[in-house]
Amino acid sequence: MGIALEVNGRSHEIEASPDTPLLHVLRDELGLIAAKLGCSLEQCGACTVLVDGQAQFACRLPVGELLGRSIVTLEGLGTPDAPHALQRAFLAENAAQCGYCMAGIVVRAAALLARRSENPRGGELDDQEIRVALRDHLCRCGAHNRMVRAIRRAAQESGS
Amino acid sequence: MSDATSTSPSLQQNTRLDDWIRIDSADTITVRTGKVELGQGITTAIASIAAEELDVSPARIRIEAADSARPPNEWVTVGSMSIEHSGSAVRQAAADARRRLVLKAAEQLNADPARLMVEDGVVRAPGQTAAVSYWALQGGRPFEVDVSPEAAPKSFREHRVVGRRAQRIDLRSKLFGIAPFVQDLRFAEMLHARVVRPPTRAARLVECDPRPAEAMPGVMKVVRDGSFLAVIAEREHQAVQAAERLRTHSRFERRQPLGDCNGLHQRLAEDLQGSYPLIDGVPSEQPVPAVEAPDDAEHTVSATYTRPYLMHGSIGPSAAVARADADGAITIWSSTQGPAVLAPSIALIVGVPAEQVRVIHVEGPGCYGHNGSDDAALDAVLCARAAPGRHVRLIWSRQDEHAHEPYGPAMRVDMQASVDGQGRVIAWSHDVYSSTHMGRSLPSRKRSALLAAQEKAQPLPAPSPRPFLRPQAGIHRNADPYYDFPAPRVVKHLSNEAPLRTSSLRSLGAYGNVFAAESMLDELAAAAGIDPVALRLRHLRDPRARAVLEACVERAGPPQGRGEDSRRPRGRGLAFSRYENYKCYAALLVEVEVDLASHAVRLLRAVIAADAGQIIDPDGLENQLEGGFIQAASWTLKEQVGFDAEGITTLDWEQYPILRFDEVPPVDVVLLDRPDQPSLGAGEATTGPTPAAIANGVFDAAGIRLRDTPFTPARVRAALFGE
Repeated sequence: MGIALEVNGRSHEIEASPDTPLLHVLRDELGLIAAKLGCSLEQCGACTVLVDGQAQFACRLPVGELLGRSIVTLEGLGTPDAPHALQRAFLAENAAQCGYCMAGIVVRAAALLARRSENPRGGELDDQEIRVALRDHLCRCGAHNRMVRAIRRAAQESGS
Repeated sequence: MSDATSTSPSLQQNTRLDDWIRIDSADTITVRTGKVELGQGITTAIASIAAEELDVSPARIRIEAADSARPPNEWVTVGSMSIEHSGSAVRQAAADARRRLVLKAAEQLNADPARLMVEDGVVRAPGQTAAVSYWALQGGRPFEVDVSPEAAPKSFREHRVVGRRAQRIDLRSKLFGIAPFVQDLRFAEMLHARVVRPPTRAARLVECDPRPAEAMPGVMKVVRDGSFLAVIAEREHQAVQAAERLRTHSRFERRQPLGDCNGLHQRLAEDLQGSYPLIDGVPSEQPVPAVEAPDDAEHTVSATYTRPYLMHGSIGPSAAVARADADGAITIWSSTQGPAVLAPSIALIVGVPAEQVRVIHVEGPGCYGHNGSDDAALDAVLCARAAPGRHVRLIWSRQDEHAHEPYGPAMRVDMQASVDGQGRVIAWSHDVYSSTHMGRSLPSRKRSALLAAQEKAQPLPAPSPRPFLRPQAGIHRNADPYYDFPAPRVVKHLSNEAPLRTSSLRSLGAYGNVFAAESMLDELAAAAGIDPVALRLRHLRDPRARAVLEACVERAGPPQGRGEDSRRPRGRGLAFSRYENYKCYAALLVEVEVDLASHAVRLLRAVIAADAGQIIDPDGLENQLEGGFIQAASWTLKEQVGFDAEGITTLDWEQYPILRFDEVPPVDVVLLDRPDQPSLGAGEATTGPTPAAIANGVFDAAGIRLRDTPFTPARVRAALFGE
């Protein structure tokens, strides 16, 4: 029997045991490869996706617990023809080196921007807020400051 | 013809124009390089160089991934040489392609070739409507000639693409989840594999019951060859679970215990394979001279500086896909730094003719040197041979990566230096001790350090470390001072103390050597009461070196003092090096804060000034310089591989922490462009100065001298209280 899963606005029936981590299902059953396999220990952030709008690690999240939840991956944020503000900003800032950690970081930032836009007071995102929000994400190449700049740029472009 | 072009070894070894450039059937041009994208942006730089010489839009350039089955063969992507070697080869090849295409166009247009101009691949005479494109002239057809030295690449004054900020060509598809990293590759009917490794190199598999794992759903088989143990399953999660089960039904015998990381640096200097004093930068077999303090020395300082074993620490665990066909052909998709070296190595290990093994490069997470990618490729091959005809994707677990990657070796540097009454350095002694930084497979010598090569029932011998007696090789990289000191005494010591497998980590010995030398300069300056910048300038003759130092200090602005909060004094530290004494110049200044309550060192700000010769892409260059600093800052403040007799104790990111977003300081980069000078690789230029600049900053802030990385709160506390 299959497991019903809603990913990037589409419904899927997945043939997998309920304890299979969401990350494996996304990558190998659905072919959504943006979320990365990094540690499978919830320590690096490379696998981050949105579950009902909240940024969550997918590497240990059992797929059986996700009935009725809405999952969004990097692929669901935007496409080359209709990019998300963050994807535009990361391109503009060349905000990566190898890019392996980038998908998780963009997804985390998307949750951050969405929360900010819901805040009636709005307001700028300062660099320190962004850095703290990304604390659970590891980048090994040292592209941190570029990614912070890209997120600030996306916040300015989408917020005003 | 430029000097850089005439000496490009890449072009000497790959002489055919078709090795480098192909005019596709329509609209695009394919450029091949034997160097591989490691996240350093090399493909973007190569595309810019080709677009510049060909006079086409950079968007038309396609870079074809390196593949051991076809030229160009450029061996291994290491040592910050890609711009120098591959870049200059592509520049000459592209200039030659343009020259040939313009000559052909002149014939067709019945025009003087000297008068023709090229605009985005369309050739015409000024003011004329008659035109012909590269694709009409040569689309889909090979040139079938050698690259000629006749074509002169453009002068930098004519550059329109090179020297400007480039858009990274690999980023777009990564940002939309389109481009696969090797960990993401998927093929029809692909199988998934995981390894179950012995805990240490010396350990052996003595007992294994494969049945419980093989009885699990989706499991195809357990693969065992000597102490190499792995499991293959239909789905990845099944392979993960089966590997866990397999481990509980396996028993490994630990032969030699690993020792202990405590006392490591003592042992490094005690058990030596050999000691080699440098003469004009070259290690020699001469007797080691004694360390002496001259009679006219006013101040003499002696100190020992150390670094522990360090991880490359790729964010994605090592992985590869392999397929073994019935006819014996083996195909490997790998993020290796050297497809053309890995292919014959694996052929040798598994005992097949070299031409049967093909390695296709696929991007991986940044590797920063020789990490576990090559090991994983061999693991995948051993599994694929047990499941012929199907692709097998093998990915290490995070614990595999932390426990088994080839670490950057521990280092110890003993220094003694003296200044005279005029504040001039009059004696300089530098003894560096380390185990080997060269752990790559050497197919020509029939040896391999790859893990499974030695786990197999019929192992291949591991390379026995030998001293590399050429300038700037691993241990003594940047040990020779770039400063004008009288008769510096520099000795390279190759240690037998090597409990862990080691290989090349970004900048090799330069990190430890520059840490020691640039810390010592500040220690001398403090002892003699001299400004540390002035002391450096006093001994730097090279005007380009002086210029980066001065630019760095100028951009940093006036010193801010110790700050207002006496519980968190602030300070700044500076360090300089020229990578390998002939590549990129870099000066680094950091501002730090030492928290006297928590004993944490916090980075407040960094300024980098660099001269990498002619700049190809200022944004790519900044990215490399800044990234090198941040990574080395992480090594310096946080990182050490822990081990005890049983094995590695730092098995995940909690036990082996790295710098996090809220600990990374803002970084300001100043680039000194030298468009008339050859481009110099910059990816390793800032790693050496980083630990010294931080240590010098901590001394400025809190008056304590840290000589052992990482600068953890425990080390700061010990230095503050003299423990």
